[in-house]
Amino acid sequence: MAVTETRSPTHATEQADHLQLAPRRELLRTMLRIRRFEERAEELYLGGELPGFIHLSIGQEACAAGACLALRRDDYITSTHRGHGHCIAKGAPTERMMAELFAKATGSCKGKGGSMHIADFSVGMLGANGVVGGGANLAVGATIAARLRGTDQIALCFFGDGAANRGPVHEACNLAAVWKLPVIFFCENNQYASTTAAGAALAIEDIADRAAGYGMPGLIVDGNDAVAVYDAVSTWAAHARAGGGPVLIEAKTYRMRGHYVGDPQLYRPAGEVEARRERDPITRLEWALLDDGAISADDVDHLRREAADEIEAAVRFARESPLPRPEEALDDLYATLPDA
Amino acid sequence: MPELTFTEATLAAMREEMRRDPLVFVIGEDMALQGGVFGQFKGLPEEFGVGRVLDTPISETSIVGAAVGAALCGARPVVDMHFADFITCAMDEVVSQAAKARYMFGGQCSVPMVLRMPDGAINSAAAHHSGSMEAWMLHTPGVKLVVPSNPYDAKGLLKSAIRDDDPVLYYEHKALFKVKGVVPDEEYVVPMGRAAIRRQGRDVTIISYSLMVERCLAAAEALAADGLEAEVLDLRSLRPLDWDAVAASVRKTHRVVVAHEACRTGGVGAEIAAQIGEEFFDHLDAPVTRVGAKDVPIPFSPPLEKFVLPSPADVVAAVRRLV
Repeated sequence: MAVTETRSPTHATEQADHLQLAPRRELLRTMLRIRRFEERAEELYLGGELPGFIHLSIGQEACAAGACLALRRDDYITSTHRGHGHCIAKGAPTERMMAELFAKATGSCKGKGGSMHIADFSVGMLGANGVVGGGANLAVGATIAARLRGTDQIALCFFGDGAANRGPVHEACNLAAVWKLPVIFFCENNQYASTTAAGAALAIEDIADRAAGYGMPGLIVDGNDAVAVYDAVSTWAAHARAGGGPVLIEAKTYRMRGHYVGDPQLYRPAGEVEARRERDPITRLEWALLDDGAISADDVDHLRREAADEIEAAVRFARESPLPRPEEALDDLYATLPDA
Repeated sequence: MPELTFTEATLAAMREEMRRDPLVFVIGEDMALQGGVFGQFKGLPEEFGVGRVLDTPISETSIVGAAVGAALCGARPVVDMHFADFITCAMDEVVSQAAKARYMFGGQCSVPMVLRMPDGAINSAAAHHSGSMEAWMLHTPGVKLVVPSNPYDAKGLLKSAIRDDDPVLYYEHKALFKVKGVVPDEEYVVPMGRAAIRRQGRDVTIISYSLMVERCLAAAEALAADGLEAEVLDLRSLRPLDWDAVAASVRKTHRVVVAHEACRTGGVGAEIAAQIGEEFFDHLDAPVTRVGAKDVPIPFSPPLEKFVLPSPADVVAAVRRLV
């Protein structure tokens, strides 16, 4: 890959013509499941049923669904503190995820992690991360392990516009580029790092421009277009898997909700969210599929109902599950006990 | 039996473990051409290739973070921290990722990694290259700490650390690298959590680890000349810590000095003293006393450095206050 390609970030959809058609129905189904999961989590949190903090990715589902559906089940992802969508899209069962949000013993992390540390190693989801940018080097390491084992697994690191400004992400990008590791650095630029607008923390317009400094390709994709994300990640996953090295993909998207549930969002200009609503990734794909006749209105209803039923079952499972016994707080720290 | 230096002993451990398990690999700076800044990995790139002895940019954050990621995915990294001091550049990766991953993900994963930590003061290396960093990590549940004092333990404990499924910080004092000791040819491991009595005594227990053990033994000889018999207990690992051995010695001597090179305040000695006070108060004839460096960064000028570091004379003086 010529370094000059990174000079001006290209739009991924233009390069993906040769790909097979994206599994658009599956993309829609996955986004609907994520949306339903998070809307329910929001209601349950506001209703006082969930402890801790919840960070929602509502509006960003195309990133999670598009990126994860373009990966293999045995590929790895690292996530952010806004990780429900990544986890669901990578294939984690929503029952155990919801139980984790309910802090139950049956949760993905037995009630020790919660929303901010949700993980499912059985599907290669190496964890949401409470430290902004904390996953970048883990993704690099995952590919080192794959290389040692002689497998062709790749890793995709989700990170945000906030994490883009952190040192660990810089070191991870450099190391992956120097060693040509198969890592996709997937930046969800949702326009806000906590309460700070991306523009206030970046002296450049496009984070993808930074790829040039690492000698890796950088590109911009419409992060509210699941098909575009899927196509971009498919292309560059194949490139990475074939030994082409890492890539930085910046997905321009928008966080429809506050930084956390309950955020008064005093920093957000009036009308901004409403203006963005027409670019909602779910409505866009739904309309596109209906326009094409690729899906019927009945089928969309069916997908919606299916998602709602699945999440209600997850909520039931979570509610009926036991809380952990207090003394379980002492389990799971060591693989082999220090006093053994 | 053959004599090896501390560094030759750790190198033998690395070779044996890398031959035994193809998922063991080394990652750190100055590896490919020099075998590590102190040559502790010399010959490994030639034998195992640069695919298993990874030569990194100066990126401590990434070195440790990538090692954690590799460990989460089934590999067994041995990280060279270059100088133990530099772990502060990767504090998040050790404290928030390596130490917590298994726990906060509910036991779904493990982090089988070793961090090689060349620590301690030698040759006026001054404030950024002389640190003793173990107390920081003792305060971090989720990591184990190994503190060998001689070549035999260096090899046996390193092999245990590499085979362990949890993150292990392996502190190797730079002043020990050239120290020689008997190391058998045949395979052995030294388990973590078993202290060793280096000298039997009835009057006082001196608890120590790493390089400081040697200084405590020198102090014990000086005390013996005056008829005081000190028992010297080498902890060998700080987590797990061999409380049974500590208890047995306290019950025998009723007086305890804890000595380490790290500065006194908030140090390992404070923790050990507190535990002994809580559990064995009735067995004590005197307060548990700590010996450590003075509470300043390690200074450059030799007389300053010498003044700050704990010496055998400091250990002798501490014992005399107790008896």
